[in-house]
Amino acid sequence: MQLTNRSKQVSNKEMTLMERAYLPAIATGLAITIKHFFAKKVTIQYPEVKRYLGPVFRGRHILKRDEEGRERCTACGLCAVACPAEAISMIAAEREKGEENLYREEKYAAVYEVNMLRCIFCGLCEEACPKQAVYLRHDEFIPVFADRDQVIWGKDLLVEDMNNRYTREAWTKEEARVLDLKRASGEISNVVPRAIP
Amino acid sequence: MDLIEFSIKTATIFVVFVLTLLIAMYSTWAERKVAGFIQDRMGPNRAGPGGLLQPLADAGKMFFKEDFIPALANKWLFIAGPCLAMLTALLASAVIPFGSTFRFDGHEVNLQGVESNIGILYVFGVVALGVYGIMVGGWASNNKFSLLGAIRAASQNISYEVAMGLSLIAILMMSSSLSLGEIVSQQHGGNWNIFYQPLGFIIFITCSFAECNRVPFDLPECETELVGGYHTEYGSMKLGFYLFAEYINMFVSSAIISVLYFGGYNYPGMDWVYTQLTDALGTQTGHNVATLIGTAVFFGKTLFFIFFYMWVRWTIPRFRYDQLMNLGWKKLIPLAIFNIIITGAAVLFLKPVITAWLN
Repeated sequence: MQLTNRSKQVSNKEMTLMERAYLPAIATGLAITIKHFFAKKVTIQYPEVKRYLGPVFRGRHILKRDEEGRERCTACGLCAVACPAEAISMIAAEREKGEENLYREEKYAAVYEVNMLRCIFCGLCEEACPKQAVYLRHDEFIPVFADRDQVIWGKDLLVEDMNNRYTREAWTKEEARVLDLKRASGEISNVVPRAIP
Repeated sequence: MDLIEFSIKTATIFVVFVLTLLIAMYSTWAERKVAGFIQDRMGPNRAGPGGLLQPLADAGKMFFKEDFIPALANKWLFIAGPCLAMLTALLASAVIPFGSTFRFDGHEVNLQGVESNIGILYVFGVVALGVYGIMVGGWASNNKFSLLGAIRAASQNISYEVAMGLSLIAILMMSSSLSLGEIVSQQHGGNWNIFYQPLGFIIFITCSFAECNRVPFDLPECETELVGGYHTEYGSMKLGFYLFAEYINMFVSSAIISVLYFGGYNYPGMDWVYTQLTDALGTQTGHNVATLIGTAVFFGKTLFFIFFYMWVRWTIPRFRYDQLMNLGWKKLIPLAIFNIIITGAAVLFLKPVITAWLN
């Protein structure tokens, strides 16, 4: 059976004079390398140029709000239970009168913290959440830590900004490509991803 | 020797010294850049524009690393190793003719550290000494890998020096002079030795690869077999000196190749350029500008050969030790002897015929 047509019988035959002279083979090799020397480089200059990682990339967390701007999280703790790295912790509180425009449910997370050093970005919190509150963004990373107190992210960093909402329109590569084409033709315009403070 | 002449010589030597160091420094940058480009990468580009400050960063790193001497090493020889390597590498550039002459105030200055009538012998002697740095360092490290690397370096250099010398003899038979300045001025215009000695050139360049311990003949330091070869135990700037010496050797041998085979500062049409310049700018300035153009041509050739060294390094895999010895003793030396015979016959029989025919 033959898997490819590229296989070559190994032989132990004497080299011809041409082959033993090395120089033609060396010249061929030099020609190949000089071709690569002038070839276009495949490097992506990372911090300046970022590559699109796909619509289902699991980046940093976000705590979603609903259409009226109310926090969706009800502090049920299922995400914390689901988390294999035990990165999520929260303190629940009861919604007071007059806070109905802030919190969707009667109970909410007064403190919601994700330890980004522990988090393995598996996305199990996303799956566990019954209120569609926690998501891993596909377009933003956790930036490099410069200090220890940057490791634990609280609600100030996690809760969605209503002026710059996070949506994930595409779920497959094909959908993403269609969207990219639409965006390029100017049919739809997207808000710029917000900078992480 | 009067004072002016002495100070001029001192200045020339100093300039040559600084130039050699500078070129060797930027060879390390170019090496990484060329390696990157050949492997479809970018190479260093973070330190300064295009990574141009990379050599400084590397040197800074080298200086701040721990200067370690193994407990059982021979301390003084361990230190002497890189010093010797550096010293011998730097010595050789003294006799290389970088250009013809500079004229000012009735003085005529050779663009050459020392005009010696045995220039090529001097280079050979110094290059042969170069192996001492490696040998001494490798032995003093008191490490099996280092010693093996040093032994390999010694045997390789000795083997290839023979073929190198023999290939040179053909050149010397044509020039009948050992002076590098003389050999260059005989290749005036486009009358380069490469056209008369293609075989000798191939032998010479192969041997100079071996002498510089460059790939494909970098057996003394091959990582796959000998950890780091002769510099296994070295760190900090001592290692830096070994590596730096290699780049200086590379520059020197590139310069020697362009002097011996590619006419040094000579280029086709140089007489026409010379008359144009002297007509336009006067005898003195015109002469000096023509010299500068010749020097630029010389450096162009030299830098091309440095590039060639790198190009080959990132193309050809390393030879096995027995292949290295077979190539040196069984192929290059007989070929070099054959080349001598051919050249002798040509000088004796062909040259009178051709000169008679041309006249």
